[in-house]
Amino acid sequence: MFVGPFMLVFALVFLAPIVYALYLSVFRTQMVGGTTFVGLENYARAMQDPQFWEGLGRVALFLVVQVPIMLGIALLVALAIDSGRLYGKSFFRISIFMPYAVPAVVASLMWGFMYGTRFGLVGNINEALGITLPNPLSPDLVLASIGNIVTWEFVGYNMLIFYSALRVVPHALYEAAEIDGAGQWRVIGAIKLPAIRGALVIATIFSIIGSFQLFNEPSILQALAPNAITTSYTPNLYAYSLSFSGQQYNYSATVAIIMGVITMVIAYAVQLRGMRKEP
Amino acid sequence: MAHTTVPRRRALTALLAAGALAVPLAACSGAGDEPAGSGEASADAASALEKGGELTVWAWDPTLESVARDFEAEHPNVTVTLENVGTGNDQYTALQNAIAAGDGVPDVAQVEFYALPQFALSDALTDLTPYGADQLDGTFTPGPWGAVTQGGGVWALPTDSGPMALFYNKRVFDEHGIEVPSTWDEYVEAARTLHEADPKAYLTNDVGDAGFTTSMIWQAGGQPYRVDGTDVTIDLADAGSAQFADTWQTMIDDDLVAPVVSWSDEWYQGLSDGSIASLVIGAWMRGNLESSVPDAAGDWAVAPMPQWEAGQQATAENGGSSLAVPAASENADLAWAFLEYATAGDGVATRVDEGAFPATTAELEDPAFREQEFDYFGGQKVNEVLADSAANVVEGWQYLPFQVYANSIFNDTVGQAYVGDTTLTEGLAAWQEQSATFGNDQGFTVNP
Repeated sequence: MFVGPFMLVFALVFLAPIVYALYLSVFRTQMVGGTTFVGLENYARAMQDPQFWEGLGRVALFLVVQVPIMLGIALLVALAIDSGRLYGKSFFRISIFMPYAVPAVVASLMWGFMYGTRFGLVGNINEALGITLPNPLSPDLVLASIGNIVTWEFVGYNMLIFYSALRVVPHALYEAAEIDGAGQWRVIGAIKLPAIRGALVIATIFSIIGSFQLFNEPSILQALAPNAITTSYTPNLYAYSLSFSGQQYNYSATVAIIMGVITMVIAYAVQLRGMRKEP
Repeated sequence: MAHTTVPRRRALTALLAAGALAVPLAACSGAGDEPAGSGEASADAASALEKGGELTVWAWDPTLESVARDFEAEHPNVTVTLENVGTGNDQYTALQNAIAAGDGVPDVAQVEFYALPQFALSDALTDLTPYGADQLDGTFTPGPWGAVTQGGGVWALPTDSGPMALFYNKRVFDEHGIEVPSTWDEYVEAARTLHEADPKAYLTNDVGDAGFTTSMIWQAGGQPYRVDGTDVTIDLADAGSAQFADTWQTMIDDDLVAPVVSWSDEWYQGLSDGSIASLVIGAWMRGNLESSVPDAAGDWAVAPMPQWEAGQQATAENGGSSLAVPAASENADLAWAFLEYATAGDGVATRVDEGAFPATTAELEDPAFREQEFDYFGGQKVNEVLADSAANVVEGWQYLPFQVYANSIFNDTVGQAYVGDTTLTEGLAAWQEQSATFGNDQGFTVNP
C-alpha cells in the first residue's frame, strides 16, 4: 500500500511515454487518408530501411573507435592524477573536467567555428602556414570531427568516475605491493584496474548509450555542413527528421523503440560480460 | 505613483501609433482602402471588429509589429498578440503540432508560399473565399497570387514576394572589369573571370539550396511538380530542370561557387568583404543587405536576373510569405480583418516603409515606390528592377503538397553533388525518387 504513490509516479513518468511510443508505432497517419492501424508494418519497414541501418552502422563505428580512445585517455589522466606524482593535480583535474560543464550545443557550435576552413581556426592555420589542411567538415572526416568534440566533452566526466573509484582503494594495498617489490605498472595492472572494474563497466555502458543517442553534435554541425550530415546521419537524427519535417510520428516512434531495444541489449551484454567474475 | 506612470506612457504610445497611422493613410493611393470583401462573412468581420477580442499571430516578419500596433490603435477593442515561434520550418513544426493537438492554434500564421499547399491540402487552413478574398485577384502580382490560390480556394494572402534579380557587388565587378552578365552563359564566364583574377573571391555561394534550385528551374520554364488534387507528378528531369543542372554543374565542377552556407556568419562576411560578389535571389534581399551588411553600403547594385536565352525577360519567385488563418482559429472573422488590413489595406504601406518588398500591384506600380533612390545602392532606383521582375514571373509553377518534407531532404540527395562524386542530374533523380516515395507513403498518387 505504501508503494502506491511511488508506483503511480513511476507509471506516469516512466511507463506512460514508453507505452505511448508503442501505441504510436502500430499506426500510420497519412496526409491523405488519415490514421489506420497497421500492426507491425512500421517495424517491418524499419528492418528494410537502408537509411536507418546506415545510421546505425555509423554510430556503431563511432562506438568502437571513439569510446576506447575517450575511455583510454580518461583512464590515463585519472591514473596520472591519482599517482600523486603530478604537480598541480587539482588544476589538471578541474581543467580536464571543465568541458563537461559546457553545454553540448555550445561546445558543438564552438568546435564548428574552429573547423571552418574559411574564417575558422583551420582557415587561420592554413593561411598562417600556407598549407591546406583537409576540411574537417567534409563527408569523409565529419564523423571523426564529431568524435573529437565528444571526446573533448566527456574525457573529464569519465576521468572523474575513474578517479573517484581510485580514491577509495585502500592505500595499505599499495604499501604491501611496494614491500613485495612491485613497480608502478604492476600496481596498476594488479591492483588499481581490478579495483575500479565496476567503474570501468559503468563508464563503458554510459558511453555505449551516449554513442547510440548521438544527436546534439551532428544536429548542430548540420547547419555548417548540410551535405555531409544527412537527415538520417544517426538513428536519433533520423527519428527527429521523420517526426519534425516529415510528420511521420508513427515511423519515428518505431525507429526510436528499435534503437532503444538495440541499445539495451548491447548495454546489457556489456554489463554481463564486464561483471563476470574472473575464473 | 509608479503605477500611474505606466498606463500614461501606454496611452501616449497609442497616440503616437495613431499619429503614425495617419501618414500612410494619407499617402496610400488606394491599395485596397476599401474593404474588398462583400457578403455575409465580411459583414461578420466588421461586427467582430466592433465587438473586439484577442488575436494570436504567429509570424517572424518584424514589420508586422508596427502593423499589429496600428491595427490595435484603429480598433481599440482588439488585442493582437504577435508571437515569434521560430522561422520557417520551426514555425511550421509548431503549427502542425498545435493543429494535430487541436490546442494552442494561432488565429493567424505566417506561411511561406512553398509550404502553403501542404497546409491547404490537409484542411488546416480556412478558405478565405467566403470573405471575398477571391475578389482580390488583381490586387496582388501573379506569382504570389498563384501561390495562395493553388488547388482552388484562397488559402492565404501574400505579405511579401521575392521576384528574383541579380544583386551584385559593383565595386568588385568594376575592379576586375567584369560586365554585368545578362545570360547564364555570361554569368558562368563572369564567375570564371573573377575566380581566376582573385582565387579568394567567388561570384556566388551555393552548397545546395532547395529554394534556389526550384526557383532556377522555374525561371528556365521547368514544371517539375504538377498537382491535381492528390494526383502528383514529379519530373525533375524535364527540360527546365535539365537546363539548370547542366549550367550549374559547370559552376560546381570548375569550383566557381563558394562553399559557404547561406545565412551563416561566413556568408555575411563574404557579402561584406566582396568575396561573395553576387547573389541571384528574391527581392527581399534588398532590405536584408541594408540591415545586415551595412559595411558594404555603396558597393552593391541590382540588375535583372540573367536569362537562359538572350533577350528574354523571364524571372521566378524566390521565397515570399503569406498570412493564413488556421481552420482551428476561433476568431476567424477577426483574423480575416487583420489579414486584409496587413496584406491589402493600410498595413502594406507601413510594411513597405520598413523595408518589406510588397506583393501588391498598386505599390509595385506606384511611381513613388519605383523611383525611390537607395543610398545603400549608390542612389540606384532598385525597386524599378525588382518591380519589373515581379511582372515577368513565369506562370504555371506549382509546389508539392509536401514541399516542406521534400526540401528537408534536398541536401541528402541533390546536395551530394556539391561534395561527392554524384552529379546534379543524379542528385535530382534521387530527390525525385525519395520525394515520390514519401508522397506515396502519405497517400498521394505520385507518378513520376
